[in-house]
Amino acid sequence: MSGTEAVDGGWPLFEVFVRGKRGLNHVHVGSLRAADARMALTHARDLYTRRNEGVSIWVVRSADVTASAPDERDPFFAPSGDKVYRHPTFYEIPHDVPHI
Amino acid sequence: MTTEADEPELRAHFEETVAADRRVEPRDWMPEAYRATLVRQIAQHAHSEIIGMQPEGDWITRAPSLRRKAILWAKVQDEAGHGLYLYGAAETLGADRDDLTRRLLEGRQKYSSIFNYPAATFADVGVIGWLVDGAAICNQVPLCRSSYGPYARAMVRVCKEESFHQRQGYELLWTMTRGTAAQREMVQDAVDRWWWPSLMMFGPPDAASPNSERSMAWRVKRHSNDELRQRFVDMTVPQADRLGVTLPDPELRWNEERGRYDFGTPDFAELARVIGGDGPCNRERIARRTAAHEDGAWVREAAAAHAERRARRADGAGVAR
Ligand SMILES: [Fe+2]
Ligand SMILES: [Fe+2]
Repeated sequence: MSGTEAVDGGWPLFEVFVRGKRGLNHVHVGSLRAADARMALTHARDLYTRRNEGVSIWVVRSADVTASAPDERDPFFAPSGDKVYRHPTFYEIPHDVPHI
Repeated sequence: MTTEADEPELRAHFEETVAADRRVEPRDWMPEAYRATLVRQIAQHAHSEIIGMQPEGDWITRAPSLRRKAILWAKVQDEAGHGLYLYGAAETLGADRDDLTRRLLEGRQKYSSIFNYPAATFADVGVIGWLVDGAAICNQVPLCRSSYGPYARAMVRVCKEESFHQRQGYELLWTMTRGTAAQREMVQDAVDRWWWPSLMMFGPPDAASPNSERSMAWRVKRHSNDELRQRFVDMTVPQADRLGVTLPDPELRWNEERGRYDFGTPDFAELARVIGGDGPCNRERIARRTAAHEDGAWVREAAAAHAERRARRADGAGVAR
């Protein structure tokens, strides 16, 4: 994901997401510049799927992406840091209980 | 927002991330010198991919068969793609695409010296794929573990595509060396011309490469120039033997003790001259890139105007409803 905004006068920057095949999520693959979203889609096809890497593409203007701070130490993620009881491994259950 | 008081802590965290071989991502704090080094390195790499389309591009219309034409076309398109992945990676560091292009055209940013040599015959197409893309692979595979995330990811994509480039080149040469005596001569002639410039692609010798140490510490460079050059030679000699061509280096021989090949020293004065702008094709390459940029101006403007009009019309439609 990019930290830059669209450049005045030039074509804006788009982020590109590709679904590799049915059943998978779209994944961010990179960015490109295009005059508008429709052109961004065509360019994304030519740039990121020259070898059947995708069955579906999303493009979104980089300027429209709202992002958290990137750092893993960011307090933004603190609420999930200390809640080990959200994981199944937190619970001790006798070994002979089946199917659990 | 970063205040000055935060900086030592931020710097320590950055150093720790890099030392632990974790990736630095675009919005992370990074030292300005790290950012500047990466922008320069990635831009230079992107420019090389774009200028690198030219030597082979000349042969697309003159390829001897539809098969060779389709292959060469796909290969040259890939190089354009590599340039675009890399410009994208440079933009995540705050570089501006138009500015990078301008710097290339004005000679303020460099590209690889290798693309200033001409592709004289169709055998050159094969030798470029085999040696030039081969050397590029040697350089690029370690960069898949570059400390800067977007650059590393672009390199993974590039390396996957490069192996097609190298193989199509080798297959072309394999075919030609099994053809007529004249074809074999063409191949040998092309090898003679491209061997030394290919070795120069790894840059000046370590002793004369002042920024290397810092780049290695930052893990934006993972092996020294001389180490990569040696690897390339070790990989390539058996391929040359199998092909039946001679590499033009009288000092080239297997060193039992080192378990590697000994080889001669490239003409680094020539390398400096070509990087300095005085190679066989420097002026032609930049003139052509400039012409392509200027000839494309009306397309960029028309596309922007079209996009704007369509956006306005969409707005208008919204109001009418
Ligand atoms: Fe490439
Ligand atoms: Fe290539």
